[in-house]
Amino acid sequence: MIVAIASGKGGTGKTTVAASLATIWAGEVLGVDLDVEEPNLHLFLRPAIAGSEMAHMTVPTVAEAQCTYCGACSELCQFKAISVFNQVIITFPEMCHGCGGCIAICPEKALSAGQRELGEISWGQAGGVGFLAGRLRIGEAMSPPLMRRVKARLDQMLAATGGDAIIDAPPGVSCPAVNAVMDSDVILLVTEPTPFGVYDFQLAWEAFTPLGKPMGAVINRAGLGNDAIYRFCQEKGLPILAEIPYDRAIAEAYARGRIIATVSTGLKAIFVSLRDQIRDLAQPNRSREAAHA
Amino acid sequence: MREIIIISGKGGTGKTSLTGAFAHLAADKIICDLDVDAPDLHLLLQPTKERLEEFYVGHEAEIDAEKCDGCGLCATMCQFGAIRENGAGFAVDPVRCEGCKVCVAFCPAAAIRFPERHCGHWYVSATRFGPLVHAQLFPGAENSGRLVMVLKQQARELAKARGVDLVLCDGAPGIGCPVISSLSGAHLAVAVTEPTPSGRHDLERVAALCRHFQTALAVIINKYDLNPDETARIEVFCHDESYPVLAQLPHDPLVTTAMIQGLVVTELPESDFSRELGQAWSRIEELAGLGR
Repeated sequence: MIVAIASGKGGTGKTTVAASLATIWAGEVLGVDLDVEEPNLHLFLRPAIAGSEMAHMTVPTVAEAQCTYCGACSELCQFKAISVFNQVIITFPEMCHGCGGCIAICPEKALSAGQRELGEISWGQAGGVGFLAGRLRIGEAMSPPLMRRVKARLDQMLAATGGDAIIDAPPGVSCPAVNAVMDSDVILLVTEPTPFGVYDFQLAWEAFTPLGKPMGAVINRAGLGNDAIYRFCQEKGLPILAEIPYDRAIAEAYARGRIIATVSTGLKAIFVSLRDQIRDLAQPNRSREAAHA
Repeated sequence: MREIIIISGKGGTGKTSLTGAFAHLAADKIICDLDVDAPDLHLLLQPTKERLEEFYVGHEAEIDAEKCDGCGLCATMCQFGAIRENGAGFAVDPVRCEGCKVCVAFCPAAAIRFPERHCGHWYVSATRFGPLVHAQLFPGAENSGRLVMVLKQQARELAKARGVDLVLCDGAPGIGCPVISSLSGAHLAVAVTEPTPSGRHDLERVAALCRHFQTALAVIINKYDLNPDETARIEVFCHDESYPVLAQLPHDPLVTTAMIQGLVVTELPESDFSRELGQAWSRIEELAGLGR
């Protein structure tokens, strides 16, 4: 099972929930950081890194001697990443999405596969929790290509271990966030009951509902703000799986890099209950089968 | 004309609440919300929309089932896994389609349409603090960087037309395409951080991004009292890298109180928080070279 922790608004507690769930999960589990722009999961899980590699994507390189400047490549490119005028051909690798169209369409075979560095993928182990993360190169604009490579490695790791994965997704509701959650089995939306939290939560709900995956809500800083989030969840039939109270002591523990589920038995119980409800949400028949057994 | 952009790296550090307060404190300006993905500034400013525009950018592939002969070449060539056989034939998953046109160009049956993609709306609005240029990308859409460029262009034109010296922008979290777009042409970036491991880590990355694009950076430490040790580490980092620290703001539910009332924190009765913010704004004006 792959559980994606997403939010809409940033800073609502995605990483807190991901690190806590991974820590109390029980059984083979991988904590996966797909917030490749600002990866933070390692700051809480503190894994021993076992390996890493640079990730690249395919961009065109030009063998100008073979180029007849016919312009087929620049005509096809939708991203202004290759340009031909008069007797000049120029590539803009930072604009390239890696579709491979220019290379395939060139009648002279003057274009071949070059590389653009996307960032780094690293993996390791934090106690009983496996770890995998992507880290975008500073200046790289596109995070989805690196996320696709992290997910490819995740598939390999899950095929080898057969365990579960908990994905820490980036904030927002546009392409990076959708890329982070679209291959998961369950989506958990973490929010706070403030006007910003509620508004962005609604956007996230709209963005992720078409994916057709089971979704649940976690309300962090419960007690702060107002009750609009509860009304929205009720209206949409979205289950609230956990509430983490608004408490300065929790904020301070987080600020010191603590994993919240390990701070007190009360907090641990919240996450154990959350874990069990996620498992039920992923397999709707499971609880019924248990009842029949 | 000066452009100031409020960023953070990490989300939820207080960018929008502080941008709202600065919009209140600044004299003549155009306000611009560049977090087109999850915009929140309008919740504080209650804009009255005066202009609404559709945002179309790029295209998306659509397979015409009548013309498709099922050869599957499109699915083989698509680098984004967006074309799949679904039992009834081949279909494009719009969530995965990047609009690269490869399938359209190579389909031997010319069975793939390529309509323009409607990605959202943008607006010019009136608020109690002045004009606001803002947008809403459709949830799940892409091309936020392009929409950021559109908004900046509109804000600049509006500033010019009205003889205003300042464009004040609320940015997006992260260091990817919308943030890179919002830094282009900015005179000063102000990063709002918090004294947590994530806050400091993400500040360091967004600072590296600003260095990469040669944008001047200043820092505000929000919730400084949550972890004084981490606040000290951020101060050392800023000192070593010569980033001015403009303010240290306490962890205060006042910000949420204001938000719930649809106000910015400087509209509430005067507090330590609002006084510190007022000083920060004066320093921002100095650093950005405003009023010279």
